[in-house]
Amino acid sequence: MKLHEYQAKAILRKFNVTVPDGDVAFAPSEARRIAKDLGGGPVVVKAQIHAGGRGKGGGVKLAKESDEAELLAKQMIGMNLVTHQTGPDGKRVHKVLIEQGLDIERELYVGIVLDRAESKLVVMASTEGGVEIEKVAAESPEKILKVWVDPAVGMQPFQARQLAFGLGLSGAQFKNAVKFLQALYLAFVSVDASLFEINPLVVTKQGDVIALDAKINIDDNALYRHLDIMEMRDLDEEEPLEIEASKFDLNYIKLDGQVGCMVNGAGLAMATMDLIKLAGGEPANFLDVGGGASVETVENGFRIILSDPNVKAVLINIFGGIVRCDRVANGVVQAAKNIGVNIPVIVRLEGTNAKEAAEILDKSDLDFLVATSFKEAADKVVQALAN
Amino acid sequence: MSILVNKDTRLVVQGITGGEGSFHTKQMIEYGTNVVAGVTPGKGGQVFENRVLIYNTVADAVKHQGASTAVIFVPPPFAADAVMEAADCGVALVVCITEGIPVLDMLKVKKFLLGRNTRLIGPNCPGVISPGKSKVGIMPGFIHNEGSIGIVSRSGTLTYEAVHQVSEHGLGQSTCIGIGGDPVNGTNFIDALELFEHDPETEAVVMIGEIGGSAEEEAAEFIKSNMTKPVVSFIAGSTAPPGRRMGHAGAIIAGGKGTAADKMKALTVAGVTVCESPADIGDAVVKAIKKR
Repeated sequence: MKLHEYQAKAILRKFNVTVPDGDVAFAPSEARRIAKDLGGGPVVVKAQIHAGGRGKGGGVKLAKESDEAELLAKQMIGMNLVTHQTGPDGKRVHKVLIEQGLDIERELYVGIVLDRAESKLVVMASTEGGVEIEKVAAESPEKILKVWVDPAVGMQPFQARQLAFGLGLSGAQFKNAVKFLQALYLAFVSVDASLFEINPLVVTKQGDVIALDAKINIDDNALYRHLDIMEMRDLDEEEPLEIEASKFDLNYIKLDGQVGCMVNGAGLAMATMDLIKLAGGEPANFLDVGGGASVETVENGFRIILSDPNVKAVLINIFGGIVRCDRVANGVVQAAKNIGVNIPVIVRLEGTNAKEAAEILDKSDLDFLVATSFKEAADKVVQALAN
Repeated sequence: MSILVNKDTRLVVQGITGGEGSFHTKQMIEYGTNVVAGVTPGKGGQVFENRVLIYNTVADAVKHQGASTAVIFVPPPFAADAVMEAADCGVALVVCITEGIPVLDMLKVKKFLLGRNTRLIGPNCPGVISPGKSKVGIMPGFIHNEGSIGIVSRSGTLTYEAVHQVSEHGLGQSTCIGIGGDPVNGTNFIDALELFEHDPETEAVVMIGEIGGSAEEEAAEFIKSNMTKPVVSFIAGSTAPPGRRMGHAGAIIAGGKGTAADKMKALTVAGVTVCESPADIGDAVVKAIKKR
């Protein structure tokens, strides 16, 4: 699950990770009040959306005093912010973060992420703050310092020192950086994060070490033990059809193509999308209906796929193992009747009772295109698209 | 021969009284798997389906029934604990079916397993089957045939598809291993490939990967220098958008890393037959064997 910057900073504050003073505003008048409460001096107004690159898109601006903060908030709230991560339509801004301006000396980078190959968390730090870390990793990997953390004991002080010295810090900045890094690691494991990115991490002339920006993703599998974080979910940031699908425990991701697909199992669902592409089409979605594939799941799946106006054909690919294909076939027929499907539907049911399933589909008065193999399914998708 | 599970496998089912656990235990028994015990804390002394004794702890199941392999169906909050319990009793093979275990729990499990003689398969996987011998998992037994093709995969139903295509061509499988779709798992591709390379019955291996992580790239390196048997591969997710988790927790392209194209390239360079289409796996296996 993704969090907004203001939510991420609230979490960090709780774990004694230094962040700038500030608060979130849902209306321009609130922005003015927050700016005043911060002393009336310069503040930064930051659009809160789930995408990076906000600064370049005009979503991060400096205000000299509270009147200007209100004006900037007025411009930002309601705007469609376009960044390299939002796609051409951008994302609507519903709230802004108002933060105290800082006297920045250096911009650094700190991140914590899972190293899958090592099965350990890796804490990364770099002197190249404020730029895309992927770019630094590609162009000058030696500028990214890494320490791998033993999950049994957690990050040790020597590891934090190693990074802080590596960043060239000394004096108060060094001491505060060591404290910052240890607090950051503790926050990460305490909230079951899957990603922490502090970019930039800034050091001030006064020796403070502060998270100027904060990106936090939480491990979805661990949300059951963080109900407070679960409540931070922002439905405004999600695709409406994906929200609808999640109500029925369907794993749906909307894409831009014209062939809707309904599959059981994530790997087979991805493979089906790939096959559609190879056949000359574009998948309209990823949809894993899970192991059950009952009448209800198939019907809900159909409804969600067909709510996407781009969909011109549907491919159903179910490998019946424990679930019997004839049951799935009955579900498909029933669901198609209930919903009134009027575009070509290619059905491929393989596995237990596949023959009986084909008969059920053939005998129904609905116009299904039945395929028995993965190949045939692909061919029929092409045909359907050509017609 | 086969790898990991066979006729001698003595299986204990952790979470045998739950919905999934009881259903699949019946299926495994029906297939011929030697299920010697079940474990549900607090239900020790009860009998499952009039034939399998239930114990409170894995230790009891090992002591009284000589369980050598465990399969885990317990819910995600308790699954990491279940893996460690089995490993602590010296169970040699632990197959964890459970989907949805927090990553930080799995990091601790991996650390716990270091230096112990326990192999973990999964989590979030369909399990392991040696057709005609033993089925430890949730895959439909009947699609498998005894034979000489080893299959290893990060996915469930896509593995069934590969098995089906291999069977359709009149071939069978030595062993099929689902290593699971999570970012942190026990047995990886390299472990499985190495086992297949040393298994005299296995003639060729099918490796099904997907987007996310670099396990396929690492496997490619291993194949280049260690595998003499032909490997056929398919990588799912060429059309997956970056930054989105495609069902499996581990199936995500992050920071431009873990794309299908990168994996396919690495495997091709390593001499693997990479199928562009998931429909071509069966044909490719037949060709690979003929070439040998």
